[in-house]
Amino acid sequence: MPQLLQQLPDASYADKQTLIKQLAATHDPRVRVVLNALLEGNLYARSSDHQVFITRADGDNLALTDPLTAAPAGTASSDGLTRIGVNNQLRKTLRVALAQFDLSSPDAGVRREAVREMLRAVDAQTVEVLRGRLHEEQDKGVRADIRDGLALADLDSGDADTRLAAVKTLAGSLNLDVYNRLSSMVEQASDGSYGESDPRVRAAAQSSIRAINRWRIFYSGIQTLLFGLSQGSVLVLAAIGLAITFGVMGVINMAHGELMMLGAYTTYVVQLLMPQHIGASILVAIPAAFLVSGLAGIAIERTIVRHLYGRPLETLLATFGLSLVLQQAVRDIFSANNRPVQSPEWISGQLQINQALSITYNRLYIIVFTFVLFLVLLQVLKRTRLGLEVRAVAQNRAMAKAMGIRTEWVDALTFGLGSGIAGIAGVALSQLTNVGPNLGQSYIVDSFMVVVFGGVGNLWGTELGGNALGIVNKLLEPYSGAVLAKIFVLVFLILFIQRRPRGLFPQKGRAADG
Amino acid sequence: MDAMTIGPRNRLIAALRADRGGQWFLAVLLATGVLAPLLNLAVPPSSALHLSSYTVTLIGKYMTYAMLAIAVDLIWGYCGILSLGHGAFFALGGYAIGMYLMREIGTRGVYGDPVLPDFMVFLNWKQLPWFWYGFNHFAFAALMVVVVPGLLALVFGFLAFRSRVSGVYLSIITQALTYALMLAFFRNDMGFGGNNGFTDFKDILGFNLQAPGTRMALFLVTVLALGGSYLLCRCIVASRAGRVIAAIRDAESRARFLGYRVESYKLWVFVFSAVLAGIAGALYVPQIGIINPSEFSPANSIEIVIWVAIGGRGTLYGAVVGALLVNYAKTYFTAALPSMWLYALGALFVLVPLFLPRGVVGAVTQLRSRMIGAGATS
Repeated sequence: MPQLLQQLPDASYADKQTLIKQLAATHDPRVRVVLNALLEGNLYARSSDHQVFITRADGDNLALTDPLTAAPAGTASSDGLTRIGVNNQLRKTLRVALAQFDLSSPDAGVRREAVREMLRAVDAQTVEVLRGRLHEEQDKGVRADIRDGLALADLDSGDADTRLAAVKTLAGSLNLDVYNRLSSMVEQASDGSYGESDPRVRAAAQSSIRAINRWRIFYSGIQTLLFGLSQGSVLVLAAIGLAITFGVMGVINMAHGELMMLGAYTTYVVQLLMPQHIGASILVAIPAAFLVSGLAGIAIERTIVRHLYGRPLETLLATFGLSLVLQQAVRDIFSANNRPVQSPEWISGQLQINQALSITYNRLYIIVFTFVLFLVLLQVLKRTRLGLEVRAVAQNRAMAKAMGIRTEWVDALTFGLGSGIAGIAGVALSQLTNVGPNLGQSYIVDSFMVVVFGGVGNLWGTELGGNALGIVNKLLEPYSGAVLAKIFVLVFLILFIQRRPRGLFPQKGRAADG
Repeated sequence: MDAMTIGPRNRLIAALRADRGGQWFLAVLLATGVLAPLLNLAVPPSSALHLSSYTVTLIGKYMTYAMLAIAVDLIWGYCGILSLGHGAFFALGGYAIGMYLMREIGTRGVYGDPVLPDFMVFLNWKQLPWFWYGFNHFAFAALMVVVVPGLLALVFGFLAFRSRVSGVYLSIITQALTYALMLAFFRNDMGFGGNNGFTDFKDILGFNLQAPGTRMALFLVTVLALGGSYLLCRCIVASRAGRVIAAIRDAESRARFLGYRVESYKLWVFVFSAVLAGIAGALYVPQIGIINPSEFSPANSIEIVIWVAIGGRGTLYGAVVGALLVNYAKTYFTAALPSMWLYALGALFVLVPLFLPRGVVGAVTQLRSRMIGAGATS
């Protein structure tokens, strides 16, 4: 390798071509760095002794690194250095050479990228390398990429049987290039000729396209389902706290959205307090938001709602007033503008399952998070002492009181629980939408509709109802657009409530009275 | 029994005689109707007594709000139907008249198209959508002011009352109704001007909308409409049907078991109230000069309910008092202390249900009867 490097500065472009290939053939990991530097124009030779260095701009000078030892070799003025030049053809060779290096990387993602790079300039040599790799490759995704790429290359072959085999191989591929290529084969040009001359191959291409289409439809169906679930989960998140305050207690809390807003702002404040640990801030924000919104909820219950039990319409007005006050308070404290809440790294990005199906992590997390929250809440209501008392008071207040339950205390705690859940929902929403004073308002109509749709007093109803609405919404969206889909869902809900005023899963028995 | 013997006409007269608050209200309204034109048109602007056109418009706006409040009080205060979507009917009435006013602009628009309103030219539409036909005639638009809100209320009410959706559930779906309409009207494709709505009106029935005379005429029409709707609502609540309606509010099942067709009564009063709200909206738009989809926002509709609650529900004149008080306070606060307005409004919503369950009017009555020492109030 040192000798090869020595020759590089003075070689002609044609010689460099061979040198690069020889360098690549050494499979020395240091070579990758050198080739990369050459490609980016960072490889210089010292005029005095023709020694080659990898450089990095350092003020006016260049910082040198010895490619053989990877050790820094001081800085030097660019006067004493000559850049080793490359032309376009060399760049192509370099890219392929680099890709070959990457092909043996332990990281499947890097290998994938390498395959893609190599397929851009297919020649006999790359085909051979890729064929060889196909047998060793363990990762399914990379293998599929190589197979598709090779088959695509085969489509250019002069032999009809090779093309036929290639078309058949491509039947299961979701690669967009493959789809376009196959479509161009069966397309009839204006002069009546086809992109593909052999009718057998054309027929095979037709059936491959059909197969690909079936898969595409299948995956886009799954994608819609997942999108719908994630949108539904947002609805459930917004509604599940309400399912307790409204569903179990029967209190119309119009300030519910503002309790979510408080949760979202809590996330913002937590991030301000720990700017170095954005990743962990969300985990801290969840209990913090639960406490902030929960305590706010208890305060609301003790000061306002308590005096208005049995007067639902007045409760509605009073809590609506409260929501205005909270919004304005937030506007005065944090300004009317949206506050930037950062997403931790582990939430951003997306999960690419295959070429036709990918889902962003935040959508995935919101589905999981909502479901976990729902299960926890269900267990709290079912298995804890508080849950038992909450249900007892909801079913028969007088009797519960006679049994020694401190109903007033339970009321406050129940309201606090529902409000705290709203706060947690706010943390999740802060990752999805803008955190501003109007955050809560935009969810209030939706969340009431979800609770009523699912059936008041039924957590399962809220969970299923919210998700169903989310999926319906996403199913409609491609045909009608987002806003019309929403309008349709609202109209559907209005009509649904006429048919079943008590929702999807009405309460039965004594709890249903009143 | 008493009611049977004196007959419906005498009973109405008796009810109107007994309606002290209403008499006061009508007297004040009459005085406004006489004084405002005098002070605005006859008194020179230099005089201290001169009423500016701005103030006239402001009072006109308050009066359309008062009409809307009466409409809400009729169904909420007397029939127990809390509609959180009455702003929708108001806005629909406003849009109906707005469509007429848009077509009246004619070639005076920015693009000068004789048929298409500006926003349609802007959206590159070639043809007038079918639902805009006829709105070049004032009579047709006036009819639509009544028909569109009425029809929506009829369909919505028919479905809701027939399946006995009531109480909180009804409130929530009325809210969903206005929310859905808001989303719909925000869309440009709907053909109602998207989020800009309608504005830049030029004239009505050939009279320039900016002229003081036209403004005064609109003002007087509003005075008449407000007075008329008050009297009409008073007659309704004093009539036999009114008593049934109140019975439904107090004990719906009992009224049903007594053989009254609860759904029909509810539907009828709901439609009437929606029409009233639509007319109020139609009077509002030419005076204010703009209508846009934010009128449909659920918060607006809740605010109407607040006016009624603050004034005192179930009195009709209380609704008027509430609408005037809250809106005057709003005008004052938003100018003087903008950030305080929402605090003040919010505090009102919280405090009135807690401490003034019968509103300002109820509190005043209670205070007076306590001072007179005339024993318990009704």
